[in-house]
Amino acid sequence: MSQEVIRFEDVSKQYRLGSVGTGTLSHDLNRLFAKITGKDDPTKKVGVVNTLHNRDGEYVWALQHISFGLNDGEVLGVVGKNGAGKSTLLKLLSRVTAPTTGQIKVKGRIASLLEVGTGFHPELTGKENIFLNGAILGMTKKEIKSKFDEIVEFSGVGKYVDTPVKRYSSGMYVRLAFAVAAHLEPEILIVDEVLAVGDAEFQKKAIGKMQSVSKSGRTVLFVSHNLTAVEQLCTRGILLQNGMLAMEGPINDITTAYKKASVNENELKRSGTRHAELKKYELLNQFGVVADEFYLGDSLKVRAFFEAREAIDYTDFSLDIRNDANEFIGHITNADSLFEIKSLEKGEQRSIEVTVRNLSMAPGTYYISLWLGNKYGTFDYIENCIRFNIKQGDSYILRPFPFDKRAKVVLQSDWKSL
Amino acid sequence: MNQTAQPTESATYWSMVLKPKRSLFEINLRELWQYRDLIALFVRRDFVAKYKQTILGPIWFIIQPLLTTLMFVVVFGNIAGIPTDGIPQMLFYMTGIVGWNYFSTCLNDTSQTFIKNASIFGKVYFPRLAMPLSIVISNLVSFAIQFVFLIGFLIYFMIQGAAVAPTAEVFLIPFLVLLIAGLGLGFGIIISSLTTKYRDLVHLVTFGVTLWMYATPVIYPLSEIPAKYKMYVLANPMTPIVESFKTVMLGVGEVNYGYLLYSLGFMVVLLFAGILIFNKVEKTFMDTV
Repeated sequence: MSQEVIRFEDVSKQYRLGSVGTGTLSHDLNRLFAKITGKDDPTKKVGVVNTLHNRDGEYVWALQHISFGLNDGEVLGVVGKNGAGKSTLLKLLSRVTAPTTGQIKVKGRIASLLEVGTGFHPELTGKENIFLNGAILGMTKKEIKSKFDEIVEFSGVGKYVDTPVKRYSSGMYVRLAFAVAAHLEPEILIVDEVLAVGDAEFQKKAIGKMQSVSKSGRTVLFVSHNLTAVEQLCTRGILLQNGMLAMEGPINDITTAYKKASVNENELKRSGTRHAELKKYELLNQFGVVADEFYLGDSLKVRAFFEAREAIDYTDFSLDIRNDANEFIGHITNADSLFEIKSLEKGEQRSIEVTVRNLSMAPGTYYISLWLGNKYGTFDYIENCIRFNIKQGDSYILRPFPFDKRAKVVLQSDWKSL
Repeated sequence: MNQTAQPTESATYWSMVLKPKRSLFEINLRELWQYRDLIALFVRRDFVAKYKQTILGPIWFIIQPLLTTLMFVVVFGNIAGIPTDGIPQMLFYMTGIVGWNYFSTCLNDTSQTFIKNASIFGKVYFPRLAMPLSIVISNLVSFAIQFVFLIGFLIYFMIQGAAVAPTAEVFLIPFLVLLIAGLGLGFGIIISSLTTKYRDLVHLVTFGVTLWMYATPVIYPLSEIPAKYKMYVLANPMTPIVESFKTVMLGVGEVNYGYLLYSLGFMVVLLFAGILIFNKVEKTFMDTV
């Protein structure tokens, strides 16, 4: 039977803009003096408008009236824009700071992978750091001792365990730190991928650890900007908007709502010398009609209009396709089709049409970037400027059970009995 | 949102309830005890990290009071000519310095608890009091080393025929050390709690402690203080401790238990107030640092 392990009860967290007081006694005395004499506060910030949620100018509610419960074995995805309150929520849960109102009830030990390497001291050896870091994360000496060999093996630092960690490579350092955190056996695990940026290997490990933890019936809170990962790993989700709980429910509903809310925010990134410039581009379906939704197996057409602003010898044209996790899915170039775009005069305009046949990416949202250039450089590059959806349809995927969302492409196959 | 709909839930179901404000007297000593391994490891870390990659290593523990003593002998003993109650100057100063040093290092180090550990406190929870406690303990280790060195010195002077000898009240020393630790910790955590708001105090502490030493009978015996100022010097809770420490170690003068009782009372009140303030601050200080 599942048990409730976390419950937020009407939790709010208020921060004061700037620091509490002003940081120095003299400023506080100044303020006090100004107050008494009825003048303006000399340390008040001028023209501060808190666009997130303005109370009386001084205070910000990072979280407001958050209530939800979480059972053991559940994997909860926490989704929201930067500044929506995700980190604050995790901070409250990991007891770094206390809520302003409301309360959080927790059953069991919490560990979080955002603490990786906390308290590592460069002068101490790997072994000493394992013990120190383990104790900081809440393990007793006995527990660490019993897992020591496992930790060392998992980290792969092996014979360097008696060397000060300042002599470690950064990879070894992270591996060791992660090994300690991974061997905590918390009932509740917090993974903040947002904070674990950079190291792809580390992220992979963290996600792997998360999966094994949730499989063993423990609870995971997962914060990430990678919606595909969230959808894969989580069962339920909450969407935070401006510090408020905008939605709670099955993870797919949550990510859909989040995507909808964040469409307008993508500003186009553009670069290049502009010796040739893209003037217009459009996405069409196989019938030549403007479209942004396709079924598996359909064809799509991209029409691009460009103008040479200098005389150029030749140019290549290519399309990059990325999914909504910004993973590179496909690259299409004229060179593969032995199609050439030659000798453009200054001011000359051209238009081309590219047809992509047999769309076989897994159902989902995709973005196309357009690139114009040659081996000497980029003329014009517009990132993720075309957005489209692939839907399952009824020509490729006929199984009566749901399509496994981990798959990135849909491969066609023929079957026969022998 | 239907909290009311669960009347069956037992009071012990949740292992932890995170609330906005802890009641003033809720000091979780049991939790601190659970983290005793962490405290021990912090002590070890402080000790190892301090002297790794130094040539002289732990000898520094001894060099520091020794050089200070030599300087005091030159400046206060010979140039200023401050009397030392008939005790060899070296011994007199060194005894005072060793006792005072423990207090000043405790105070200085613990007073930066929140500021120095902001990054680690910002990521992970453990009872914050573990940090200042470990500092007091690791300083106790350095004190012990210096104390042994002091005893060696004392024996040397006794062999040389100086009129000094520990009195029968040496059993008071652990008690005196406890008083020093308690006062250092108490002042330190109060200041560290206040520095989360007022950084000015950081500057005040560093030289304030130095000045404080001159208000304590470290470089002069209490007997040299004119009667009309004695009250003020005795209001300083460190005065009876340092004075008693010298008395029991060197056998000159007399331990005044009344004064010591005052220091004890002072320490208890201070420590209690310190822990209360510390507890209040530790919950939300991350929002202000």
